Amino acid sequence: MASSTPDRLSVLKTYKLYLGGAYPRTESGRTMPIHDAKDNLVAHFCLASRKDFRNAVGAARKAQDSWASKTSYLRGQILYRMAEMLDGRADEFCQALVVGGHTAKQAQQELEASVDRLVAFAGWADKYSQILGCHNPVAAPYYNFSVPEPSGVCVAVAPDESPLLGLVSLLAPLLCVGNAVVALGSQKAPLATALFGEVCGVSDVPAGVVNLLTGDRAELLPEFAAHRDVDAILSANLRPAERRILDLGTADNMKRVHHEKWGKGAIMDTSIMHGPDRLLPLIEIKTIWHPVGR
Amino acid sequence: MTSKTLNIEAPALDFGEHWEYAPAPEGTKVEIAARYGAFINGEFVKGHGRKRLATVNPATEETLSEVLIANPKDIDDAVAAARAALPKWKRLKPQERAKYLFRIARRIQERARELAVLETLDNGKPIKESRDVDIPEAAKHFFYHAGWADKLDYVFPGRKARPVGVCAQIIPWNFPFLMAAWKIAPAIACGNTVVLKPAETTPLTALRLAEIFQEVGLPPGVVNIVPGDGTTGAALAAHPGCQKLAFTGSTAVGKELARINAGNSKRLTLELGGKSPHIIFNDASLDAAVEGVVQGIFFNQGHVCCAGSRLFVQEDVLPEVQQLLRARLHNLRVGDPLDKNTDLGAINSASQLATIQHYLKQGVAEGASLQQIKTKLPKKGYWCAPTWFEGVQPAHVIAREEIFGPVLSVMSFRTPEEALTRANNTPYGLAAGIWSDKGARIFDIAAKLKAGVVWCNTYNRFDATSPFGGYKQSGFGREGGRHGLLPYLELS
Amino acid sequence: MGMNSSKHESGRPVDPVALEQRAASFCTRSLKKETKAQGLRLVVAMTDLTTLEGSDSPEKVRSLCRKALCPDPSIPNLPQVAAVCVYPKWVALAKECVGDSGVRVASVASAFPSGQVALETKLADVREAVAQGADEIDMVLQRGAFLSGNFQEVEDEIRAIKDACESAHLKVILETGELGSMDAIAKASHLAMNAGADFIKTSTGKIQPAATMPVTLLMLEAIRSHYLAGGGMIGMKPAGGIRAAKEALHYLVMVKETLGNAWMTPEWFRFGASSLLNDVLRQLQRLESGRYAAQYDVTET
Repeated sequence: MASSTPDRLSVLKTYKLYLGGAYPRTESGRTMPIHDAKDNLVAHFCLASRKDFRNAVGAARKAQDSWASKTSYLRGQILYRMAEMLDGRADEFCQALVVGGHTAKQAQQELEASVDRLVAFAGWADKYSQILGCHNPVAAPYYNFSVPEPSGVCVAVAPDESPLLGLVSLLAPLLCVGNAVVALGSQKAPLATALFGEVCGVSDVPAGVVNLLTGDRAELLPEFAAHRDVDAILSANLRPAERRILDLGTADNMKRVHHEKWGKGAIMDTSIMHGPDRLLPLIEIKTIWHPVGR
Repeated sequence: MTSKTLNIEAPALDFGEHWEYAPAPEGTKVEIAARYGAFINGEFVKGHGRKRLATVNPATEETLSEVLIANPKDIDDAVAAARAALPKWKRLKPQERAKYLFRIARRIQERARELAVLETLDNGKPIKESRDVDIPEAAKHFFYHAGWADKLDYVFPGRKARPVGVCAQIIPWNFPFLMAAWKIAPAIACGNTVVLKPAETTPLTALRLAEIFQEVGLPPGVVNIVPGDGTTGAALAAHPGCQKLAFTGSTAVGKELARINAGNSKRLTLELGGKSPHIIFNDASLDAAVEGVVQGIFFNQGHVCCAGSRLFVQEDVLPEVQQLLRARLHNLRVGDPLDKNTDLGAINSASQLATIQHYLKQGVAEGASLQQIKTKLPKKGYWCAPTWFEGVQPAHVIAREEIFGPVLSVMSFRTPEEALTRANNTPYGLAAGIWSDKGARIFDIAAKLKAGVVWCNTYNRFDATSPFGGYKQSGFGREGGRHGLLPYLELS
Repeated sequence: MGMNSSKHESGRPVDPVALEQRAASFCTRSLKKETKAQGLRLVVAMTDLTTLEGSDSPEKVRSLCRKALCPDPSIPNLPQVAAVCVYPKWVALAKECVGDSGVRVASVASAFPSGQVALETKLADVREAVAQGADEIDMVLQRGAFLSGNFQEVEDEIRAIKDACESAHLKVILETGELGSMDAIAKASHLAMNAGADFIKTSTGKIQPAATMPVTLLMLEAIRSHYLAGGGMIGMKPAGGIRAAKEALHYLVMVKETLGNAWMTPEWFRFGASSLLNDVLRQLQRLESGRYAAQYDVTET
């Protein structure tokens, strides 16, 4: 990021949130500076507040119905476009991951795995209901079938490690089945989250379907648990105390809370990460009866 | 004909010449080479066959190109190429294999206009259809199957999925590009390699698809295209180097292919002819039903295996249905397939036109009443105005044999049981349409119809996710959806 | 007359999915050259040029009428619009402005747009407009009563208003955006036709959604069904929501291919519009000059 001339100042930025299809600053005015391994200032990131979260949930709720009503084919196409747009910005993302502490090789691997993950779930969009849904042969003259429907508005809490792949691993399955998402990215390395908001902006993602926050996990987890218009929460690799906070959300309004645990190397294992079983906690099963008769 | 619901003194609606639509020709020009050979092992080759066939634009009768009639040596080369490409292709990481299919889908979308025009020139179908249906559906087919490549172990619980091997595929002339997509996409997504023979009268878009394979860097030999005639098809179907044969075409040829392969272990799927019925109940939305019937038999000039060629109308609504049918057909425009306002294009070949005309004569001879809207048909080319027969009896030849043209047989029924019996009374069983506002009845009749696809309050809807195929002599095996993968997989 | 048969028809189900698809198919018609030019002129001749604002004033009405009489002097052989459509208060002034040009004066009445007043008040509203010289009355269907299932009351009201219209022709506005389902719109259409409507009209233009192609198709099919059962010709008017000339041409295709040539005149089909006219004029200018028009190349009323 050195300038071509010695006295040229670079344009420092504060990365903003991605919320409701736009890029607002946090309403709290707070930022968090992030430094690289050599202690150079990378940039300022928004420290999202409870009100930002509230606004994000509002945006997600507004968007979710129409997102779920789109054909599966179209949702798949949008996920595929996200993969294409991410792939197109490979260099930028690799650089961001290196700044966050990866080696160049690790960054490349993480970027490629993230693109492939989006492609894999783009492919699931118009297939998972053929695996997770079914006709039920009830013992009475009724046509009975079970269909998977999205949970609704979901919160995703991404792990600190794998700042890009961790986020994508939660977003892809959530979006694939028709949920709208409010995601909190890695706290230690938020740059990938901020950049991913830009990818969403050019991928035909309808406003409000994806909302990305950067901020303090400890501050925000209780808010996630307490908000009654959130239908489900998906997390990965949280500590027990953190999981407990979120689980209390179930106790409050029956939020579906699911904690994934990705062991060493698991995040790169596609046989684990791309399985349709990962979609089960993110859907509701609706069973429909209709009489059969002249 | 008297009716309780109609006052026959109300004058008919006037759909004559007023505010005529000016010609709206599709402007895109398409390059067509004077000669084409085959596409084998990733290259366009001249081929060993000495003979060529002229592929003709059925709307103008002009020759578009001279195309190779591949001979047995060409087939040997193609099968050998597919066999050689198989180990690497099936061992490729599934996610990487998927990417080829994604690229093919994208490329089809990018070249969509050119492909649509070429399809219309070679086949005779209206540009509106090739542009809005054939080409986009083909792209979607590749997108859908791209997504399965890395998910095959989930197709059948508890079983690992492996490719079958080299697949011989023979496709018909009615949806040349789309049928190529329907065959190739699932086969290669599952790790198989392919030798495909396009129809004699419509080889051009399959050869253009081969260009796309080259553009996306599909490894040589994964898909091979060998054009030709019946002799080519016979040689391919019998070739012992193939582990699978997939055929879409007439029931007569399908039976012959089954005979040729009796006793060997080749996997076989056949998608054959049909004489699919519509049943319109008196509680149906009649405007929707008539539109569905019209789409069902006149779409693609009736050259559709699942065409709804028999219409059963509940007797008390028959006069109204006939009146709406007549009104609708007044607005069906027959003519230059490259005109964007044409609804019905040319019949694909002189021989198919002769077959249709034979059945029209047959119908009249049997005592059915031939109905056609007066239309001015072009002087050159092969044309048939949309036709329906009234007063058809189930025993009539026109009610039993597949005509494969824009000809509808209209019959009536009194009770659901009668409709069901008549609808099922056929050696075919590809598709059926039910028109009723009552859900319970729809599910009941759908359960009892012997047809592989039942459309309820709609017709001729296709989707890559939806399995398609027939009962009885309409063939066996399914294409599309999860079930459509099974013919291309060994489960163990 | 086809009264009994119409009652049977009004029970016939409609299919919203099929309507959407059929309506969309009309938009694939490609209209070029003479077809386009003729179509655009027909749209002008079928326009009910409308102003229904709380802020309407004498100048606004005069300006509207001037535009109605001569929409664009730069385009040769341009027809007049079919009618101007105003609130009852402005009927007399509008009548004065259009004189004996042949442009009709249509008035909304019956407590437009909500219709939520007593029948007597509505009838007084209608009579006043008729007395001032209105050639056409656009009334609103009583949606509240309709949605509560009081169909007889709704029908009786239409008959009473038809009576009060004397020789003026009556359009019944169904306010399709409030009726909730295609079945309800079909039922309302048949109810209005049986009760004596000369025209059935989609919307007041005051709520969304206003006219759409599937809803218009449904109403055209209802008119066809009524006609084929011996009920005679009824006119149709989509109102509100049609802004682009291209859209209007697709509506004409829909009329032509559903009802045929007899309905392709201002006698039987109208567009209720304000900004549509200017888009049509810009298109006609382009056909004349070969260039895209600027905003200011047509007058705002």
